[in-house]
Amino acid sequence: MDDPQYDLIIEAGRTEHHYWQDIWRYRELFYFLSWRDVVVKFKQTVIGVLWALIRPLLTMIIFVFIFGKLAKFPSGDVPYPLLVFSAMLPWQFFASSLGESSNSLISNSGLISKVYFPRIIIPASSVIVSLVDFLISFSILLVLMLWYRFIPGWQILTLPLFILMAFGASFGAGLWLTSLNVKFRDFRYIVPFIVQFGLYLSPVGFSSSVVPQQWRLLYSFNPMVGVIDGFRWAILGQKDSMFLGDFIVSLILIILLMISGVWYFRKTEKNFADII
Amino acid sequence: MSTVIKVENLAKNYLISHQSREPYTTLRDVVAKRVKNLFSRDRKLGRIQEEFWALQNINFEIKKDERIGIIGRNGAGKSTLLKVLSRITEPTHGRVSIKGRVASLLEVGTGFHPELTGRENIYLNGAILGMRKREIDKKFDEIVSFAEIEKFTDTPVKRFSSGMYVRLAFAVAAHLEPEILIVDEVLAVGDIIFQNKCLGKMENISKEGRTVIFVSHNMDAIQKLCTRGIILHEGRLAMEGDVDTVIDKYLGEGLGLIGEQVWPEIHKAPGDEVVRMHAVRVLDKNGKICTKFDVRDPVSIELEYRVLEEGHRLCTQLYFVNQLGHVLFISKDNLASPWRDRDCSTGRFRALCHVPGDFLNEGEISIVYGICTVGSSLIGHASTWHVLRFRVSDRMDPGGVRGNFPLAWRHDGVRPRLQWMVEKMTDGK
Repeated sequence: MDDPQYDLIIEAGRTEHHYWQDIWRYRELFYFLSWRDVVVKFKQTVIGVLWALIRPLLTMIIFVFIFGKLAKFPSGDVPYPLLVFSAMLPWQFFASSLGESSNSLISNSGLISKVYFPRIIIPASSVIVSLVDFLISFSILLVLMLWYRFIPGWQILTLPLFILMAFGASFGAGLWLTSLNVKFRDFRYIVPFIVQFGLYLSPVGFSSSVVPQQWRLLYSFNPMVGVIDGFRWAILGQKDSMFLGDFIVSLILIILLMISGVWYFRKTEKNFADII
Repeated sequence: MSTVIKVENLAKNYLISHQSREPYTTLRDVVAKRVKNLFSRDRKLGRIQEEFWALQNINFEIKKDERIGIIGRNGAGKSTLLKVLSRITEPTHGRVSIKGRVASLLEVGTGFHPELTGRENIYLNGAILGMRKREIDKKFDEIVSFAEIEKFTDTPVKRFSSGMYVRLAFAVAAHLEPEILIVDEVLAVGDIIFQNKCLGKMENISKEGRTVIFVSHNMDAIQKLCTRGIILHEGRLAMEGDVDTVIDKYLGEGLGLIGEQVWPEIHKAPGDEVVRMHAVRVLDKNGKICTKFDVRDPVSIELEYRVLEEGHRLCTQLYFVNQLGHVLFISKDNLASPWRDRDCSTGRFRALCHVPGDFLNEGEISIVYGICTVGSSLIGHASTWHVLRFRVSDRMDPGGVRGNFPLAWRHDGVRPRLQWMVEKMTDGK
């Protein structure tokens, strides 16, 4: 049916043969869009990159005060600021990349209605901005470790795996939210909710060990639980902070979120230009 | 020669929602409608969407090296066709087969970011249009000198004048090297010298053996640039053929002439919460709708609109644009209007602009109207490009400004009847 003479056939409902190949072809666009978002973020700001440091630092101080000093949650053998900050890192990354990616299609509607390229590049490149922020605020963790003279164990080498999981969780959810957002603008109000509630439903200000046993399974259905516990385990080396069961539940959920996110995105992307 | 684009039975429909003006919906609306449908006996009551066929049954082929001009009125489906060809939107039926790398330029400066510098935007825009970084590196100097912005490469484009902005945007696009180039009306912007430079560049591109698909209201540009033409009319292919024949037919049969446009449904009319258009018309001296005039005839442009919100100082303006895309003159209602310098009340308004006879030159003239609020800056409420189009011709008898001048007289904007005095001076010697 296909005439081999042609490189490209456009038909209704036709799935691209070269979808993933196309994405590779447009890798430079991915690079330029990420670069644009990063550059624009810090243009015309007086203290620029410092903003990426101030936010997590202040949040950490407040959390240490509320959970560590007022509520007196246990932190095991590590200083409370380290406990909070090692969870704050993945949480901030998740929250900001979820926010960026779920709004990404709408804020780039001009591009979508005027140029063709694989649309998935837009949410993907918006996550990169948060990754840059993440790397910048990672330096705070290093300073904290020096301050408390804390030396991480071999587990720190597994950290990239957990960063990848945090990326998967936010990108998978971001794909869902951004494609739904194109049609239903309600979802831009939902994201701040997720982020606000999620902060208290995830073990950011406290350690997972304070969660009562009977709530444990339900609790582990939050995919960020596995990620944050993983971060703590990798950075602080606490044995009791990581539960294999929770971790596997999180991993499976994240993989499902990614696969379904890509599926839904691809299903809807051809209509983006018509309804955005 | 081989076919590079084959379009078969192409159709595209849009669902137009009657109640909400926004193309997107909110979850609340969807849920509310579902619930309403559940309880209503007549299921159709709840259905507020209507199908609109932007393109129907389109068939054509484009061979390698051909330059195709697509012409048609506003809303004839030109832009939709280009969007389907450039894969921005998916067709509803039919198939398009394409051979070769396609680059499309549907807008000048897509993706330009005001905070970034000229240099940064060249790379970003180039990447968006599908250029490789290596390609951009190689052509960077050429792009900068084409755009004439040598001194400003490291200035944020938000500080550029609008002319510089357009020049830079076009310069990037002009240095694309695809096998197939799709261009929408992008030459309507920028000054005339630069427009001609762009046309020249596009001519060069097509001479290099590339296929070009070009949409324009500017017949002169189409004629210069294209070898073949396609007329779209109400979403269908009305004619296809050699470019001169197609343009003759388009102009001759008045396919392109529009004497009246009415928007019966207020929520579909151009405008916003302050002003909504109702109708625009070209009238002759008897107040009848007319699209063909003699140079001696007066022409009137009539606008009807509704003012929905009180307290705005409105100004209506008309642009008279010739077929080369040049603005001949602009006229505003602010001298005659009883609403001059006063806040407008709500209700229906009618504005009439009389152009005297012996003023317009021969040619096709199209009208762009705009209604805006005048304050410390202009706030536009409603405007439509090429909303009307009429033809002015010359009967060539000596009663006109022409007198008995026998040759062509088309290259100037207007042809007013002015007072001349010629006398023989008595020699003082």
